[in-house]
Amino acid sequence: MRENMKMMTKAVPWARELGFEVTRIEKARVWGLQPWDDTLVGDPDTGVIHGGVITTLLDNLCGMSCGAALPDFRFVATLDLRIDYMRPADKGRDIIGEAECYHITRTVCFTRAWAYHDTRDRIIATAAAAFAINQPRPTDQLESLA
Amino acid sequence: MTPYEANPRAAEVEAFLERTPFAQKLGMRCDIRGDEMTAVLPFSKKLIGNFTIKALHGGAISSFLELTAMAQVFLVTDLARPPRPINITIDYLRQGHAKDLYARAYITKIGRRMASVRAEAWQEEKAKPVTALMAHFMVGGD
Repeated sequence: MRENMKMMTKAVPWARELGFEVTRIEKARVWGLQPWDDTLVGDPDTGVIHGGVITTLLDNLCGMSCGAALPDFRFVATLDLRIDYMRPADKGRDIIGEAECYHITRTVCFTRAWAYHDTRDRIIATAAAAFAINQPRPTDQLESLA
Repeated sequence: MTPYEANPRAAEVEAFLERTPFAQKLGMRCDIRGDEMTAVLPFSKKLIGNFTIKALHGGAISSFLELTAMAQVFLVTDLARPPRPINITIDYLRQGHAKDLYARAYITKIGRRMASVRAEAWQEEKAKPVTALMAHFMVGGD
């Protein structure tokens, strides 16, 4: 499962472009890191990272938490995603993301996620996302991702 | 050419996008006519989220929509700085294909402190949106 996760990150150009990394995987839970980079700034006057970077981080991690929760490998597609911005991220600091898939039905995975610098006591943003579970097709082979 | 005479704020919105590193990373542009703005996200390989099906990444699409909504608020107000997002809700309606993406934002309400904005992104047909966004922004003192 861990290997699959790494492959998935590498096979996602937009995640690679932002420099996103998966740091830890447990059953139905995934942690990731978004390293600071000057090109991610959304407000040139304050140097605050753009909300879209956090959206991408949490969207990716929520999707992966489905993978870490489902018994078999399946592709999932984001149905909807809500992000609440609690406070701006600090300039120059990496962002940690954490996601959990807390419920699964036959067709849908329900997830939530947090973004923070140090601990979950001081949150930058939270997310809630639902994912549709794609039915397996013969073309859905991991090999074709590379 | 942007008809700046029609809306002097247009130049400020364009300048904001030009000096915002993340908007540059996305490669986003905008076309402003009066108070109407169409944002354009030209296709680029780095925006892909799934190689197997050549789909745009949801995070890239929502970043684009969030910037579109933000720019639209900036365009029709006299704010000194772009508004700060409070929250966003994104509906992924259809797959985003490996093509250019367009978006428009509609302001539902601007109050003294907050603005409520809708935005939609489409490709071939505007009536078939790829992704829809609902966002709230701070526009006044907090």
